[in-house]
Formats: sequence, C-alpha cells, structure tokens
Amino acid sequence: MTSSVLVLIVLGLTVAGYFLGRKRALKASEQDGVKLHSLPGYYGQSVALFVAVPALFLLGAWLFLQPVLIENSISGKVPDSAIPEGGARSLVMVDVRRIAEGLTLMIEQGDLSEPDLSDMRADSTNIRSLLANSGVALGSDVSPEVFEAAKDYRSIEQTASAIRNIAVLITALGVGFWAWSRVRPQMRARNVSETFIKAMLMGSSLVAILTTVGIVGSLLFESIQFFKLYPAKDFFLSTTWNPQFRGGSDLGFLPLLWGTFYVSLVALTLAVPIGLMIAIYLAEYAGSALRSFAKPAIEVLAGIPTIVYGLFALITVGPFLRDWIAQPLGLGSSSSSVMTAGLVMGIMLIPFISSLSDDIINAVPQALRDGSYGLGATKSETIKQVILPAALPGIVGAFLLAASRAIGETMIVVMGAGASARLGVNPFEAMTTVTVKIVSQLTGDTEFASPETLVAFALGLTLFVFTLGLNILALYIVRKYREQYE
Amino acid sequence: MTEVTADTAATTGPANRSLFQAGVRTRKRHAAERRFRMMGLAAVIFGILALVGLMASILSNGVSSFTQTYVTMDVFLDPAKLDKKGNRDLKDIEKATTFAYEPLIKAAVQKVMDDRGIVVEGVNAKQAYELISKEAPAELRRYVLANPDQIGNTVSFDLLAAGRIDGYYKGRVTMESAALDRNVSPEQLVLADRLKQAGVLESRFNWGLFTAPDASDTRPEAAGLGVAIMGSAYMMLIVLVLSLPIGVAASIYLEEFAPKNRWTDLIEVNIANLAAVPSIVFGILGLAIFINFAGLPQSAPIVGGLVLTLMTLPTIIIATRAALKAVPPSIKDAALGIGASKMQAIFHHVLPLAAPGILTGTIIGLAQALGETAPLLLIGMVAFVRDYPGAPPEGFFDPASALPVQVYNWTQRGDPAFVERASGAIIVLLIFLVIMNAIAILLRRRFERRW
Repeated sequence: MTSSVLVLIVLGLTVAGYFLGRKRALKASEQDGVKLHSLPGYYGQSVALFVAVPALFLLGAWLFLQPVLIENSISGKVPDSAIPEGGARSLVMVDVRRIAEGLTLMIEQGDLSEPDLSDMRADSTNIRSLLANSGVALGSDVSPEVFEAAKDYRSIEQTASAIRNIAVLITALGVGFWAWSRVRPQMRARNVSETFIKAMLMGSSLVAILTTVGIVGSLLFESIQFFKLYPAKDFFLSTTWNPQFRGGSDLGFLPLLWGTFYVSLVALTLAVPIGLMIAIYLAEYAGSALRSFAKPAIEVLAGIPTIVYGLFALITVGPFLRDWIAQPLGLGSSSSSVMTAGLVMGIMLIPFISSLSDDIINAVPQALRDGSYGLGATKSETIKQVILPAALPGIVGAFLLAASRAIGETMIVVMGAGASARLGVNPFEAMTTVTVKIVSQLTGDTEFASPETLVAFALGLTLFVFTLGLNILALYIVRKYREQYE
Repeated sequence: MTEVTADTAATTGPANRSLFQAGVRTRKRHAAERRFRMMGLAAVIFGILALVGLMASILSNGVSSFTQTYVTMDVFLDPAKLDKKGNRDLKDIEKATTFAYEPLIKAAVQKVMDDRGIVVEGVNAKQAYELISKEAPAELRRYVLANPDQIGNTVSFDLLAAGRIDGYYKGRVTMESAALDRNVSPEQLVLADRLKQAGVLESRFNWGLFTAPDASDTRPEAAGLGVAIMGSAYMMLIVLVLSLPIGVAASIYLEEFAPKNRWTDLIEVNIANLAAVPSIVFGILGLAIFINFAGLPQSAPIVGGLVLTLMTLPTIIIATRAALKAVPPSIKDAALGIGASKMQAIFHHVLPLAAPGILTGTIIGLAQALGETAPLLLIGMVAFVRDYPGAPPEGFFDPASALPVQVYNWTQRGDPAFVERASGAIIVLLIFLVIMNAIAILLRRRFERRW
C-alpha cells in the first residue's frame, strides 16, 4: 500500500467519521429528548478532525523520518572493510539504496521472486548485470557486504512501511472512535472543534519559526563541520581562494567579500540617486498622466525575475561594455565584469529604492511642505532642505534594505560578474562574489565530507548574518522614524 | 510668472528691486529649481529606458526561436535495415539503433536532390546529409517504434534542419562565418538555399520549443522546454497546495487570535526577516534538510516545491494579513453581535470578504516563485533531464527541470543557438508571468471593495 492510497483511506474515514458523529448526536438527542448544544454538523466536524489530523500528522512525520532512521541503522551494519579506499560511507549507502530499489523493481516486473532473492548471494551471482537488465545502472560491481546490506535495507523498509500503514490506520480509527464515543447532546461540540482549529492555526504560524530554525540549524551544523576541517583563521583572513579537488585548497574568504562589496557598491551608486530622484519627481512634480504611466512601468522592473536580468547582463550589457569601453580604454577584455553585474543589479534595485522612498516621502506631513512654501522656498529647496532631512532615516533604511538585496543577489552575479576570485580595483575585470561561489561549490556532484563543499555553508552563514544584520538595522531605523510622525 | 519677466530683468542690486523684475539670486534659485526638475525627469526617463532596453534585448534575441527550419522529405522505411528477421516483432525492431536509421535519411536526401535535379559543386552525399539535424534518426526511430506496421512504406516526415542551417535563416550564420566554421560550409548553405527554392526546406512555427525535452550540446535545434514547463507546473502546484492553506491559517491566527505578547512578536519579526533572506539561503536549506537529511531525491519537483513554498509563505502571509485588516471591524462586530462565535465570524464573514485580496497576493507570490532560480540550482534542478516526469503524485519525485533553470542551463552551453533558445525561453517565462499578474490585477479590479 503506497502512502497516497493510505492518504485516500484516511480521507475516506474522515468523511465517514463526519456522518457517524453527526448521526450519533442527532439520534441521542432524539432518544433522550435533550436539545443539542451545537449545530449537528459540529459533532461530525469534531469527529472528522480527530480522525484526520493526528493520522495525517503521524504519516507526515513518519515519511520524513523513516529514511533517516533506516539509513542510520543499516549504515552501522556495513563493515569498514566494505568501504572502498578514499570513498565515503555515504557513497556506499547510495549504492545500497539503489540496489534495494532495483531489487524491488525486479520483483515488481516479475524477473525475480522473493524466495530467489533470499537465496541470492553476491559472490555467486552477477548482481550488477542482473540489475542492468532491469534498467538500474550501477557504478561498480557489488560486494557481498553491500548486497547483504541492500537486502537488509529492503526488508527493514518493507517492515517499516507495513508498521506505518497499521500505525496510521490504528491512529485514525482509535482516535476517531474515542472522539465518536464522546459525542453526547450535552457535549460542547462547537467549542471542541473550534479549539482544535485554533490549535491548527497556531501550528501553521509556527512554520515561519521552524523555517528560521531550519536555516540557522543547517547553516551552523555544516559550518561547524567545515571549521573542524579547515581553520577559521585561514577562512576569514586569507586572501587566496583556490579550491582544489584533491585537497590542499586555499579557501580565503576575503576576495569573495571584496567582490561582493564592489559589485554592490557599483549597483547602489547607480540605483540610489536614480531611484531617489524618480521617487521625488513622481511624488512632487509629475502630473497625474505621467505618474499613472511611469509608476507601473517602473514597478514592472521589480516584478521581472533576476534570471532575466542575468541574461541581459550576459548577452547585452557585458559585450557592450567590453566592446565600447573596456577594450578601447585598454581596461580589460572580459565581458563579465564588476561593472556589468553592478550596472544590471543597479537597474534591478531602482524600483526597489524608488517605491520604498516614495512611501517615505509621502509620509512626510504636508504641514512641513506648506510651512516651507510659506517662507518663500522653491519646490526643490523645500525638497532638499525640508523633506529629505525629515525623510532621511527612512531613506537610510531603504538604502540598507537595498544593500542587503545586492549582497544576496545570485543570478545576476553568476551570469555577469565572472568566477575568478581576485582582489583588484579595476571594475572592468571579472571578479566573483560570495553567492557565485556558493552556487559553484554546491552544484554538480558533491560529497558532503570535503571542506571544498562544506565551505559553501560557511559562506552561506556569513551571507545570512550580513543580510540579517542589515535588515534588522533597516527595520529598526524605519520603525523608529515612523513613530515620529504618527 | 517669474519666467516671463526673467529675460527683461538685467539690473541687480537692492536699489532696483521690483516685483516685476527677478533679481540675480531669484534667477539662480529658479535655475536650480529647473535643473533639479530636469534631473528628476531624466531619472524617470532612465528607468523607463532601462525597462524598454531590457525588453528589446530579450525580444530581439529570442523572437527568432519561435520559428524553426524544417525539411520535408519522403523516407523509405527499409525493412532490410529496420527489421532484419521480417517478423515485425517489436523486440527485434527495438534492437535497431539510431545508426540504422541514418542511411535511410541519407538516401532520402539524395533522392530529393536527384528528383529536383539539385546539384551543388563541392557537396557530397555525406555533407548533404549534414543539413539534417542529428536528432532526425532518433525521431524516425520513435515513429517506427510507435507504428511498426509502417515498415516497408514510404512516409513523409518533417525533419529538423541542423542548427547552423536554421541559424543561416535567422541571420546568426553567414557565408563568411560558415567559411571559418568546422560544422558548416558555404556550399552547404548554397544547397540549403536551393532546397528552399524547391520548397523542401521551410521555416515554420516552432511547437517543439514548448513540447520537446532538452537536447544535448550538439543539437540545439531539437532542444525544447517540455520537461521544464512540466517541472515548473508541478512545483507551482505544490507551492499552491501547501503555501495557501498554511499562509492563510497563519495569517488568521496572527491577525485575529494571537495574544499580544513576546511570542507573537517573535513570530512577526521572524516572518518579516524571512521575507528578506536571500533566496540562495533557502536553496542551502533545501539541500541540507530535504535532500541530505530527509533523503528526498535530487532534481525532484517535490524538493523544489517545498523550498519555494517556504520562500513564498512570507509573501502570502503579508498579503493575507493586509487583506484581513482591510475588512472593516463592523462586519465582524455585527456577526458577533447576533451570536456567532469568533471562529464563525471569521470563517463565515471576514475570510470570504478578504478572499480577493488573498488570491491576488497568492498569485503574486506564485509569480515570484515561478521566476526564482538560485535555490533550484543548489537542489540539482540544473541537471540534464530528457525524460518527462510521470503523473503526480509519483511524478513529483521524478527528476525534472524548471523554466528559469533551463534558461540558465542553456546560457552555459557553447553553441550560440542556445542563447537564442534561452531568450526564447525567457519570453515564454515572461508570458506566463504577464498572464499571472494580469489575473491578479483583474481579480483586484473586479472584486476589490472599498468600505
């Protein structure tokens, strides 16, 4: 029985529970001549909730935990001798899983029967070619230990699935029966089901907390693994980034930090003045015709996915800068450069800055403007000397939020900035950023034991800390400012 | 107005002060005002030009990918090559690999040239065959396996032309570049022109871009978005099914039930921060928790869907809370006043009135999720996937690609034809986004009520 069938059965039981609970309440009230406390539907609803929610919750948790637990128990049974020289236990476990899946597939196709399988030995049969016939390709020949582990894996998985099915059904029926037997006319069924629903609502709001815990937990855990293999001092203070596949890499973080900082600086230098001027012009000068056209047009820029900007950098801005500026001036010959990524990222940030600043400028009380006009100031003087100083904290907040976006932006720099880690000042040279290196260290075949892979988590942690710090600072400033005028 | 009198005012100094003559200082101030205003206008124009430039760049590079060059030919499905035993047994026919189909196409090309009397100096039979895509034998084989009874007949096929030939008609390949290209010669282009005159070779709308799976580096003409569109659709389905109920439930709790205390504050700060966490960090989360810890398969829509759900939740929660807040309290008060419980008041009255706002926010959240690339790179969606995922729910665990990731994948290939495809794929992605946002705007216009 697969889990989807199980879900369907539980849902069927839920519907049945609803009608049984409702019927029991109506019947009891008729027999005893007692009026129902709640509408009849609530009695059904309370039974249905108790049937469905605990059972489905159990199923979800089981599906999430079962592979982990089975893997741990099997992985302990594989002797160290079965692990090839230089290989990792986790890779052997991948083989174990694949063989187990292949065996199940063969039995389903009728190429193999259960008793045959228990007699099968890896030393006497060529498992690899047998599996290849059924469409499961293996990287190497199967050692007896691994094959036995795979057989164990299969049998434990089957038992676990059977137990799971029984446990889920018993939970659904048992808890459902208990809820059903509680149904009496005097029972406050509406209150019961509303309390239940309220608990579910509360549970949903915890998902946000769980996500944060998951992010911080996974980043910290893997970063600690990394710092066990690679000294933290070298990571934070070394100026060379040179990962090697065979170990002995230099994983200095400073060139990446510099690249990130440089690209963000170019982007913000473009985006902040232009975004701010757009906000000022649209809020203070533009007529309604221009505003109704320009505002949505600039907001469209904010809705465009970053991959589109990345492609724009790759096929248009990069070659343009190279052919018209960098090469004639002798500054470089690479189409991916700090300038390419920075300018395109700047365009991406313009709507972000302008819409945030727009809100802030509109929040400045009209009385301040009127006072300034009354003293004879022109519009631009009012803006420069009254509105902007009053809006400054909010604008600083917007600036910080934009900076945190720039630091965390990935696709534009992956496609526009290049991949060479370098500490230079020429903006027409390719440099690389933290996010680019996270992507390049974690895509492709990765093994979770080497510092070259784990460094991505340390980079991720630094990125997370930076952006979180900027966001919290920005929110703090914006909040504080809002209180002033409200 | 002062501008009118400004040109007549020449004298300065306190002695000449008149209301009809602007002084030097006033003129300076007004000039500064005009400059400032021009700067503002320039900034707005820059923003709009950036949008226009972005769109023009993508469109001009990508529109050509919607047409494709095809060669229409009659191919004789030779039984001697395809079914040597002659018993039409599917297992035997399967044994004939794509290599067995190449001579059939070669013969067909030769026949077309002989029939029309097309002779081009310096093009031999092998080079003429190179005009046809390397994908063609595979296409033929698929057809034969689907219709084994056609063996022995002559069937008319629309076969893809090779990528360089296609590029020739899109301006990417010229006679000069062909002279330097190992993959195509100017003579082959001349032959292609002759075939076009004969009506054998023509450009048509490229349905394959929407339906075909990805193709390898050497055959960009066959690459399509089929698997990517399916993968993206599966992920959007997962995101919708998970994030809408969870997001709405969380918002109702926070907006209507949560007591004002530290715990609630913590949840709220958390949601605000999650909305600003870089997307790539969610990719790391997916890799560490869903793939490494929970053992879910790489490249699977289920993992992508879960990661995108976590990313979309803050957007949906923020939009839903705004929609719930916009419903006037008098409606809830009225319901409470005539004896409804709080839960009834919310679920029967407040929530239906907030529904258009919630849906709008959800669609915008989905549109964001559809364009998200970085986290999907980390969970292995960038892998080369040629097989369509199966039907849900099992298909959620099959490898698939996603639209934006496919774009990235194509930009990393060597052949410039892939850049054209990538731009075409972006147009497809943008069309989806425009449709989603248009629905959101329509919903807002049609159902939004102001109290």
